[in-house]
Amino acid sequence: MQKLNIMIVGVGGQGTLLASKVLGHVAMKESYDVKVSEVHGMSQRGGSVVTYVKLGPKVYSPLVEKGEADIILAFEKLEALRWLEYLKDGGKLIVNDQEIDPMPVIIRKAKYPENILPRIKEKYANTISLDALSIARQCGNIKAVNTVLLGVLAKSTNIAKETWIESIKEVVPAKFVDVNLKAFEAGYAI
Amino acid sequence: MNKLMLGNEAVARGAYEAGVTVATAYPGTPSTEITENIAKNYSEIYSEWSPNEKVALETAIGASIAGARSICSMKHVGLNVAADPLFTLSYTGVNGGLVIMVADDPGMHSSQNEQDSRYYARSSKVPMLEPADSQECKDFVKTAFEISERYDCPVIVRLTTRIAHSRSLVEVEDRIEYKLKDYIKDYNKYVMMPGMARKRHEIVEKRMEELREFSDSTSLNRVEGTSKDIGVITSGIAYQYAKEVFGDNASFLKLGMVHPLPEKLIRDFASEVKTLYVIEELEPFIEDFVKSLGIKVIGKDLLPVTGELSARLIKERLLGAKLPKAPAIEENIPGRPPVMCPGCPHRGTYYVLKKLKLRVNGDIGCYTLGALPPTESMDTCVCMGASIGMAHGMEKARGRDFGKKTVAILGDSTFIHSGITGLIDVVYNKGNSTVIILDNSITGMTGHQDNPTTGFTIKGEPTRQVDLVKLAQAIGIDRVKVVDSFDLKELENVIREEVNADEPSVIISQRPCALLKNVKYEGTQHINDKCRYCKMCLSLGCPALVDRGDHVEIDEALCVGCKLCSKLCRFDAIEKAGDNNAKA
Repeated sequence: MQKLNIMIVGVGGQGTLLASKVLGHVAMKESYDVKVSEVHGMSQRGGSVVTYVKLGPKVYSPLVEKGEADIILAFEKLEALRWLEYLKDGGKLIVNDQEIDPMPVIIRKAKYPENILPRIKEKYANTISLDALSIARQCGNIKAVNTVLLGVLAKSTNIAKETWIESIKEVVPAKFVDVNLKAFEAGYAI
Repeated sequence: MNKLMLGNEAVARGAYEAGVTVATAYPGTPSTEITENIAKNYSEIYSEWSPNEKVALETAIGASIAGARSICSMKHVGLNVAADPLFTLSYTGVNGGLVIMVADDPGMHSSQNEQDSRYYARSSKVPMLEPADSQECKDFVKTAFEISERYDCPVIVRLTTRIAHSRSLVEVEDRIEYKLKDYIKDYNKYVMMPGMARKRHEIVEKRMEELREFSDSTSLNRVEGTSKDIGVITSGIAYQYAKEVFGDNASFLKLGMVHPLPEKLIRDFASEVKTLYVIEELEPFIEDFVKSLGIKVIGKDLLPVTGELSARLIKERLLGAKLPKAPAIEENIPGRPPVMCPGCPHRGTYYVLKKLKLRVNGDIGCYTLGALPPTESMDTCVCMGASIGMAHGMEKARGRDFGKKTVAILGDSTFIHSGITGLIDVVYNKGNSTVIILDNSITGMTGHQDNPTTGFTIKGEPTRQVDLVKLAQAIGIDRVKVVDSFDLKELENVIREEVNADEPSVIISQRPCALLKNVKYEGTQHINDKCRYCKMCLSLGCPALVDRGDHVEIDEALCVGCKLCSKLCRFDAIEKAGDNNAKA
């Protein structure tokens, strides 16, 4: 059984918690030991948020540490940049090509870094970027960004696609299952 | 059957399986989901959001004396509020088992301090357990009820953020049939006047002796591993980090009961190993005890008392490991502090407060974010309800003119929690403070809990609603005004008038939280070519309004269409764009 350290990073309100919940279910179905460490409370209000998901035969600490992440799933470009030092050598970065300006940028006290994606790709070859927001919009709901990204993540693991689909059905509220499954398939096809 | 559960969910499950029938709490990160889960999943348990932690604990005490098993949950600073009943509850003991859940927040993810609740267990002479994952959360809660009834005392179970908010696997079991204990009137036990309390204190001391023996023999405290070189004494989340670092290369004394500590077990363990570490977050609680036994130990001389621990930190500090750094791409990454959400009703109030350049005594809630740029309209924030007393104190210290530039601001739930007593102080002691209650119809920051002003219980059932206007009037406030938080002009006029009035006033700035399901704004806004780039709208600090250097844009993925910015625009440049932000 492989060990897998995954980080889901983004901006509070983007739906990272739902993604980590699905991922936790997937791990459980595959009989992994699993720990998911979430952030609730203040930073959910538009702050930088991170969720750690660790799977393996036995997991102790729920936290992924710097240089230990096999995969980072970034919901936003600046957040990808912020958490990149947690990626291990040769680890995979999946990044949503979306820009959400943080307050220091909005009020022009700081600049949003330019050309984030090309610069990341230069040093981290194992990077996939996609415009998950547009894909989610095409699927019918821009809130489905998280399941588009889960689709890409699913493709990067060797866990069966059916397990992911079952987990989405179990975790997502019934009336949003269809749009989320569509979004998942769109992400998986990338 | 295995389930993946948050620590807090597992606590709720533990309470259910233990046959609990009464659960009380005031919401507070990271403890909130305990009682939320009880209310949502276990109809056998009566649950409530109490107005504050003191009342929550008193309700649980009543339930216990009446013969039920009860559980009361709060965050670490909530235990300060509940400390008064706690210390005497230790004397009275219980009838049905009583467990107090307290969630500490090392690293202060969502708190104003990082106090270590273990000292409360020691000073109130109440046993404390500390689980290290979700399975233990459930198991320890059940054990805590057994200890509570066996030793006739409340039991505190301490969580920290990483335990409360981590999911791990839990084996669920059936609920036990718990028969209510008989109610027996016993004023020597339950009426704590000096004559009775003196006798009870003797009993408490005797109980502590027995609990110390229990701590040495219980399987809550266990030794793992066979290494004779390195020994680690640890508990809670620190155990997980230590396991990650040392694995099989150390022996562990894993403590599930952190008060009272097992003296004999610690002495025996220490005598078996060459080097002894104590690895614990926050204060040297275990370490000081070990040292008091004359045992040499390495701990806080190398590890910090501030913030959270991590496996990396332990490797670096205890083992001197030099860990590699990833290649840096960018040195100056802009921070992303939390902000008030798009559509937040507080934004209107803060816009006016900034414009009027008032001194603002703030409080605990989403609106504390008003202290940050660009609103920067908060001068102080100490604890729940403090804003009113502090505004009153400022005026008493510096006089009426100073008071005319000073207000107190707090949320509806915070006002009920402990703001109301401050307001009574202002009235009684002839103050003139202006108190602004931000009534957004919900307890916001902790994730939408009902409270006495919303008209609904924890289960969403309609109930009597505390009327803030009548309440303020009843305690002697003659000047009570209700204003829509987005009616900027009216809000400005009212605040200006009230701070200048030579008597106390209450302004209720009212508009529901934009995240509530029944709040529906239509469509998103966008900026047309009439924009002159005057930047007036940017002063609101809405994350959906973006300054592009030569023009302003609205991020339609974020905009909820509250139209507050349109009200500020003098050029009609902000108009409706579409309907594509339907609430999921």
